[in-house]
Amino acid sequence: MNLSSDQWILWQHGFLKLNGTIVTTWAMMMVMALGAKLITRTLVTEGAISRWQASLEIVVTSLEQQIKDVGLSQPRKYLPFLGTLFLFVATCSLCTVIPGYKPPTGSLSTTAALALCVFFAVPLYGIKEQGVGGYLKTYTEPTLIMLPFNVISELSRTLALAVRLFGNMMSGVMIIGILLTITPFVFPIVMTVLGLLTGMVQAYIFSILAAVYIAAATRIPKKKLRPPALPQPAH
Amino acid sequence: MDSNTVVAVASIVTAGLTIGVGCMCPALGEGRAVATALTSLAQQPDASATITRTLFVGLAMIESLAIYCFVVSMILVFANPFWTHTIAQTTGK
Repeated sequence: MNLSSDQWILWQHGFLKLNGTIVTTWAMMMVMALGAKLITRTLVTEGAISRWQASLEIVVTSLEQQIKDVGLSQPRKYLPFLGTLFLFVATCSLCTVIPGYKPPTGSLSTTAALALCVFFAVPLYGIKEQGVGGYLKTYTEPTLIMLPFNVISELSRTLALAVRLFGNMMSGVMIIGILLTITPFVFPIVMTVLGLLTGMVQAYIFSILAAVYIAAATRIPKKKLRPPALPQPAH
Repeated sequence: MDSNTVVAVASIVTAGLTIGVGCMCPALGEGRAVATALTSLAQQPDASATITRTLFVGLAMIESLAIYCFVVSMILVFANPFWTHTIAQTTGK
């Protein structure tokens, strides 16, 4: 059963393959980049703001607010990375309304690539905030015995990010595909709506989890405070 | 029964059991999480943004366990390496 666009090969040369996932990803990138370029051609700060600019402003400011809520005090530094993660996954799942479209995030390659981006971004931001020594010391954070467990948890977090997004997207596509063959048309449409909802929730979850991991890596650990001196009785 | 039949029966039964049993416990956990979140929302409505966001993150974590079970049963049904191995053996013979 054709579960993802990985099997749809458009062009092949030796071992280089151009499959449906890559082409759909390029189309998504083109749509998002061209759309943003067209909307931000004429940016105004006062007067009559066009609807498109207002909606983009809503997106950017609510992303910034969410990043600040997670605990990152300077959201502008992390907004490009986290905002792109959210917008890419959200656009990929919103376009499911187009008939004949298979989301590229329904392929394990795309979600693994996104999870690897997060896997490399977390130490990069951590080292930028705390320096190499300070960041490496966070791996021994409670005690030195926790070092292998912290390393394993890094790897399993990345794997969980990839499989969670892949499983959600792929199961949406599969449910709709199976229902199309056995039920009247109402039920696949209802499942498409549910797939849209879970797609947006998964986009939000992916970016919020990435923000939480970055916040955990860039948090300056509190130095141990000396207990305050007891007040001396007056003699 | 030859090895083809054994592999097929084992894969089908395991796929059904995996997805059936593997969805029960995450569902219980998610129900408890939502119930506690509703209680705390009733007690502190002004913290609703934080509670809702934390609830969604927690639900996604629990849900990913059910997703793992789903992926395993999909592998057993659609990309079963043991099945392709025994089929290759019988057609190769």
